[in-house]
Amino acid sequence: MTDRRPAISFDNVSKRYGDGGAPVLDGVSLTVREREFLAVVGPSGSGKTTLLRTVNRLIDPSEGVVRVEGRDVCELDAVALRRGIGYVFQGTGLFPHMTVAENIAITPKLLGWDRARMAARVDELIELVRLDPGKHRDRFPAQLSGGEGQRVGVARALAAGPRIVLMDEPFGALDPLTRDALGEDYRRLHDELGLTTVMITHDTLEATLLADRIVVIRSGRIVADDTPRALLNDAPNDYVRALMATPRRQAERLIALQNPAAGRAPQ
Amino acid sequence: MNSQLAEAWAHLPAYLGGHVAVSVTALLLGLAISLPLALLSLRRPTLRRLLLGFASVVQTIPSLALLALFYPLLLGLAALSERVFGAGFSALGFLPSVLALTLYSMLPVLRNTVTGLMGIDPAINEAALGVGMTRRQSLLMVELPLALPVIMAGVRTAAIWVIGAATLSTPIGQTSLGNYIFTGLQTQNWVFVLFGCAVAALFALAVDQLLALMENGLTQRRRARVTAGGIGLLLLTAAALVPGLSQARVTYVIGAKPFAEQYVLAALMQQRLQEAGHTATIREGLGSAVIFNALAAGEIDAYVDYSGTLWSNQMHRNDVKPRTEVLADVAQWLDREHGIVMLGSLGFENAYALAMPRPRADALGIRTLADLAGRASNLSIAGDYEFFGRPEWEAIRKAYGIAFREQRQMQPEFMYEAVSHGDVDVIAGYTSDGRIAQYDLTVLADPKHVIPPYDAIVLISAKRKDDKALLAALRPLIGAIDVTSMRGANLRAADGKASPRDAAQWLSDEIQRKQAGTKPGGPVR
Repeated sequence: MTDRRPAISFDNVSKRYGDGGAPVLDGVSLTVREREFLAVVGPSGSGKTTLLRTVNRLIDPSEGVVRVEGRDVCELDAVALRRGIGYVFQGTGLFPHMTVAENIAITPKLLGWDRARMAARVDELIELVRLDPGKHRDRFPAQLSGGEGQRVGVARALAAGPRIVLMDEPFGALDPLTRDALGEDYRRLHDELGLTTVMITHDTLEATLLADRIVVIRSGRIVADDTPRALLNDAPNDYVRALMATPRRQAERLIALQNPAAGRAPQ
Repeated sequence: MNSQLAEAWAHLPAYLGGHVAVSVTALLLGLAISLPLALLSLRRPTLRRLLLGFASVVQTIPSLALLALFYPLLLGLAALSERVFGAGFSALGFLPSVLALTLYSMLPVLRNTVTGLMGIDPAINEAALGVGMTRRQSLLMVELPLALPVIMAGVRTAAIWVIGAATLSTPIGQTSLGNYIFTGLQTQNWVFVLFGCAVAALFALAVDQLLALMENGLTQRRRARVTAGGIGLLLLTAAALVPGLSQARVTYVIGAKPFAEQYVLAALMQQRLQEAGHTATIREGLGSAVIFNALAAGEIDAYVDYSGTLWSNQMHRNDVKPRTEVLADVAQWLDREHGIVMLGSLGFENAYALAMPRPRADALGIRTLADLAGRASNLSIAGDYEFFGRPEWEAIRKAYGIAFREQRQMQPEFMYEAVSHGDVDVIAGYTSDGRIAQYDLTVLADPKHVIPPYDAIVLISAKRKDDKALLAALRPLIGAIDVTSMRGANLRAADGKASPRDAAQWLSDEIQRKQAGTKPGGPVR
């Protein structure tokens, strides 16, 4: 994977608010390569969302440089940059007064696509995220289930054909079944469309099962950066070991429950 | 009853037209100012606090006072502009009403726009930026549509407030549905009062429902509803304005203060002018200070004032002189200071007079103000809104050493009823009021002559001083109305049995009859 070109790179990025307080990001350096699926894992308040937002300039770093496809984002027009990058928001972020079709077509509309091209793209995307254009196109977000809503959120992020997609705890608010299906479906899209994805999650299991690579961030610093397999087998420190042990322990308990002879029975 | 209703109907085009013009203009102006200000203040907390604070303070000012305050303010501005630019503007009626009502409309629009926009989930704002909207696109495509129901609720509140408060623009010279209410109250014509209230309420409801239809159309995205609501509002406005616009331009404007005698005299002058083949309209319900300034500024052409009122209110004199000297001084002062022509006295006085029911006065042995002084500490007095602030009240108190147990301000129409029922002991009534005789009141004598004379005088604006047609039409009224005739006409107009126009006709006939009687061989029509 190292032969691929970098899609996003962070070079010693820090972010401080006001003065005197602890930095939210503290000298983060990281490179995300093209077509890579990167999961950023960490506890609440660790700075992972801030890190994600520096990519499309929803937040500008206090120090350091963020590059997208080799160019310093601070030298790019923020609005144009955002239109070129897909963003899936926590809890959908759909506009409640717009239909599914209008939500999906928003970025193409801002880019000035013509009506016919937008309509065709909307139906294509609705099918891509496994919804039914005839049934869902003209619904409002309030008329959708949580899973359907986030599928629309994904479709909206992909509408203008971005090469990079940023996801901020996209599946966090969904029930486990929906979440699993959506995660799988998105990973398929990621591969099919050749996307570069950075996904924030606090669910280690989700990160382990979906991502090519996991970055663990804590108090604004990167404390681990490797493939899921490597982190599961050989964690660089106790925190990461504990973090990675959780899904494994859960899996072992699950197996034990299913088949008492194979392991230690729960008391 | 039917004739009162018919008369109310006849006034509807002019009154509703004036009302719609002033309230719609104020509302549109209010929206044009408040919406941009609200948007501007969205990311400026200090400006936002200042604006909302200012608008709240404006709202605490009673609407009548707010309207009244704009008149002198504009009068000053008009004088300044006259001096600086050589061109003034009319400070009467439309302009002060529109400005005051505009201010009045601001709070609900400002507050609801700010609340609506600030109440949007920050995640939605973030999503708008995240999908690549500029701030402006986010405002237009996301924030305003989402805040629309709250903003529209503010607009609807403002509309109802403004339409209601516009009835109070009558005393500063704007014709409105308030004319029904003020005239009706002064002449005890309850049909007029109810009619005015009902039309104002219906108009407010119609506007509210049409705005609701537009709001519904905007949020449900039914373009037909938005269009229907918009067209409805336009049609309503047009329907109210067009009949007023198509009315012929009038030559003369007669002013009238807000009480029955003034309505009758204005109607009498209007009839005189119409009989002479001119068109004349009446601006009624103008306050004492407003009407004088309006005449001085040439916004009205003629009205009847009282020598004592000008003596104390305008000339700030508190000395007492005989009737003829006061008249001469007033005439001279009017000409010198304002170029106003005092055409002459109508022939009767409408002075303030302290009065009490005859049996009560007899029982207490009170015939004069001096007699009253000894008893006043156990008695209560009622007067109109002006009386206790006027110099002659000060003069009466000082000269006779009168101090009442209690003094109350009252709508003049209710004073007579109150004193005859014993709710108050003494009232400051008017000598030309027919109800003095009707309620059998004793007018207390003023042996020290501290109450100035109040001869009813016809005033002509400087602009019309050489208008022969106007002077010729009004001159026959000079010296032609005695106090008995005036009381008779006032009584007819004040109890709601006759309209001011009918009372004026009766007075006119009365004048003819007396002139024919005293001058045998004079013209008889």
